[in-house]
Amino acid sequence: MNELINAVDWSRAQFALTAIYHWLFVPLTLGLGVIVAVMETLYYRTRSEKWLATTKFWMTLFGVNFAIGVATGIIMEFEFGTNWSNYSWFVGDIFGAPLAIEGILAFFMESTFIAVMFFGWKRVSPKFHLAATWLTAIGASLSALWILVANAWMQDPVGCTFNPATMRNEMTSFWAVAASPMAVAKFFHTVLSAWTLGGAFVVGVSGWMLLKGRNRDHCMRSLKVGGWIGAIGIVLTMLTGDSSAVTVSERQPMKLAAMEGLYRGDNAQSIVAFGILNPAKTVDNDEDPYLFHISIPYGLSILANHDAQSFVPGINDVINGVSKDREGNLVNTVSYTERIARGKRAQDAVKNYEAASRTDDKRALDDINKTLQADFKYFGYGYLDKPQEAVPPVAMTFYTFHLMVTVGGYLLLFMLVALLFVYKPKLIEGKKWARWWYILSIITIPITYICSASGWIVAEVGRQPWAIQDLMPNKVAISNLSASYVQVTFWIFAVIFTALLIADVSILLTQISKKSKTDLDKVKL
Amino acid sequence: MTYYILQNYWWLIISVLGALLVFLLFVQGGQSMLVCVKNDDQRTMMVNSLGRKWEFTFTTLVTFGGAFFASFPLFYSTSFGGAYWLWMLILFSFVVQAVSYEYRTKGGNVYGTRTFDTLLFVNGVLGPVLLGVVVGSMFFGNEFTITKTKLLDVASSSISTWGAGHGLEAIACWKNLVFGFMVFFLARTLASLYFINNIDDEDLRNSQRRHLWVNAIIFVVLFLTTLALILTSQGVQIDDEGNAQWVDYKYLHNYLSMWWNLVFLVIGVVAVLWGIGKTLLDKKFHAGIWPAGLGTVLVVLSLFFTLGYNDTSYYPSLIDANSSLSLRNSSSSQFTLTVMSWVSILVPFVLAYIFYAWHSIDHVKITSGEMHDTDPDDKY
Repeated sequence: MNELINAVDWSRAQFALTAIYHWLFVPLTLGLGVIVAVMETLYYRTRSEKWLATTKFWMTLFGVNFAIGVATGIIMEFEFGTNWSNYSWFVGDIFGAPLAIEGILAFFMESTFIAVMFFGWKRVSPKFHLAATWLTAIGASLSALWILVANAWMQDPVGCTFNPATMRNEMTSFWAVAASPMAVAKFFHTVLSAWTLGGAFVVGVSGWMLLKGRNRDHCMRSLKVGGWIGAIGIVLTMLTGDSSAVTVSERQPMKLAAMEGLYRGDNAQSIVAFGILNPAKTVDNDEDPYLFHISIPYGLSILANHDAQSFVPGINDVINGVSKDREGNLVNTVSYTERIARGKRAQDAVKNYEAASRTDDKRALDDINKTLQADFKYFGYGYLDKPQEAVPPVAMTFYTFHLMVTVGGYLLLFMLVALLFVYKPKLIEGKKWARWWYILSIITIPITYICSASGWIVAEVGRQPWAIQDLMPNKVAISNLSASYVQVTFWIFAVIFTALLIADVSILLTQISKKSKTDLDKVKL
Repeated sequence: MTYYILQNYWWLIISVLGALLVFLLFVQGGQSMLVCVKNDDQRTMMVNSLGRKWEFTFTTLVTFGGAFFASFPLFYSTSFGGAYWLWMLILFSFVVQAVSYEYRTKGGNVYGTRTFDTLLFVNGVLGPVLLGVVVGSMFFGNEFTITKTKLLDVASSSISTWGAGHGLEAIACWKNLVFGFMVFFLARTLASLYFINNIDDEDLRNSQRRHLWVNAIIFVVLFLTTLALILTSQGVQIDDEGNAQWVDYKYLHNYLSMWWNLVFLVIGVVAVLWGIGKTLLDKKFHAGIWPAGLGTVLVVLSLFFTLGYNDTSYYPSLIDANSSLSLRNSSSSQFTLTVMSWVSILVPFVLAYIFYAWHSIDHVKITSGEMHDTDPDDKY
């Protein structure tokens, strides 16, 4: 059993490692792809050599970043099979489809047209080249769409039914999977946050060049496009974050409670603006959840339900199956103790299916089907021994959520000020404090990465212990592997990814430094 | 469409992707040849020629994996989790390839060009050999069992169980290795044909013709050996009730039962040999990659057809024949296969724009002059 737990933990660590590295590069690809496409459109419309030079500057950085995103992406796809083989069978009928569609519809588009984008300047017409640049950016976003559809389905498994004969879930509605509220919210929130990161990158690199006093006009052109994409990105990220919160409140109330460190909820629930959790607090004791906190009245009720008087359940409420209506009257839902019992009942029904099927015992099969219809939604709880096992790591979820929100607020202000300085350059140029703004622009790049990574940590750590929400915990999704095997591959990946990250950053910095020293108002094709 | 037809249709799609992947492995074959090139100009042209195509191979591999996951998830679950080391080695080799082209000559490359060229070589050898080992093991069997009800046993829930080798035993199997090296030398043969077609440099074409002689002869010998091994090998036959048993000369019987597949094989072999032969004998002929490529696709399609059709297990278990995977017991549901079939209608459209983009880039051949005139940051 300990061996199994170790293999699960190492497999989780390996997947997290891959995902973290992957997400260092992908958002920049998504954001910078759109920015480069807008810049080339401006070149195409104006035929200005200056816009062409600016486009090529950012395109070089896009190319350096793109390759490593591709490299880490293939690992993630294959790790579902290598490390989570039970998962691959249990939900492959649904989960595999978006991955295949991503390959056929998006990835080919991206990889085909990126070749034209980089090597087609002298070989294809400007119109075809522009189309190729946009198709590369669109392909990247379509790729993100199908991956996020797959991820959303893990968080909210819809459009499927369990088949006891094949021991797996099978798709019943493709549109329910592809257009679930969770998928829609996740796609827009994630891709738009990538626009923010792309914008912050352009503003930060331009800030560095202005700090060095290089290529002012090129920087102003870049800031105009990067600033707008970043500003649009952060505004829409916040709006879609709001719809994400509503979806989480409906489908994953435990995650929402963990995001707030909320153990006992209430009507008109406030939201923590800043707080420090009490490490001694668990679901089993009555300690105060916070050592310190500042709250905004009604905030969480509004965020979760768009209703200031609504009830938001805490962790203990979700476990105990307690909720309240708008007037504060008690409403009982299904407690985790009962879910565990019903999950075990569903599993017993599946165990009995084969014997009943072999003897064609219609009465027994009827009973089994009725049990599965009633209790399958709690199937995964049958693997748990006690309700506490279904509580995610609260501290990590709480702090990353609040970090994401705080930095998101800062980014909104930052992008608006950046745009102000683009259109009113006299406000900053020649001022002594201007250098501090440029330094802040540079620092904002890693800050945006931290914000972006925090969002994913909230989404993924907040849904633990589930590989598939309510249906399959991680410990059952695993392959039959020795923990030592996974440890070895974990460290190999860690070394390779870190080495490649060092190379990537070094090349990016060298390219920026080298190109910034040339006259970027001119270009040689 | 019936479930039966859908399962066969999706095996066809998998076969097409597998066949295209094997053809596109000429990129890896070319990478394995870079170390032999002493002339810097020639190496630069070869790297840049390959660098404009590596993503097609990579994308096809990813799509091949995704399509297998969507259509035959039990294979994904069984093979990837079971033959862990085999797949991990393949992944490691492709990860390092993806960045090597972009990074090898860029300023700020902290590890130096030689490091990335070594990584391209590693991928160039390991990629084809190990992918060949995987396909070889699909003919010659793997050591695993499948018990789906274990999913309900929390203490030991893995539905597929493998030996401790976890894929290393497949690499150690000489038959699989013959298959793997056959794919490797095919990739090198195709690479020479590709260079001759894509690079306008007479010295390079002459040196590639010399490589072509050596690689093609080794490839043909290994191909005939592999074919003999397959045709004399046992395979797992699935009866109408779903029971499986090992039978002698299963793949030979498949070829005889599916005569059209034998025609595919023969046409494919002739096309490959014609592409190679005409390139070797006619110095003005530079288009050998196309008949040889088409022939490769036909031969691989034929091998995949004989592997999966005619009630054959395409992933036989050496331990328990009834655990073997077939198109019937490992596929997705009828609903999912139907949905995916609608998506697959777009495949010809995808192939059309790939061809158009490829043609747009390749209609001007790579020359030494172009390499000299190109900004160092705009080439590999």
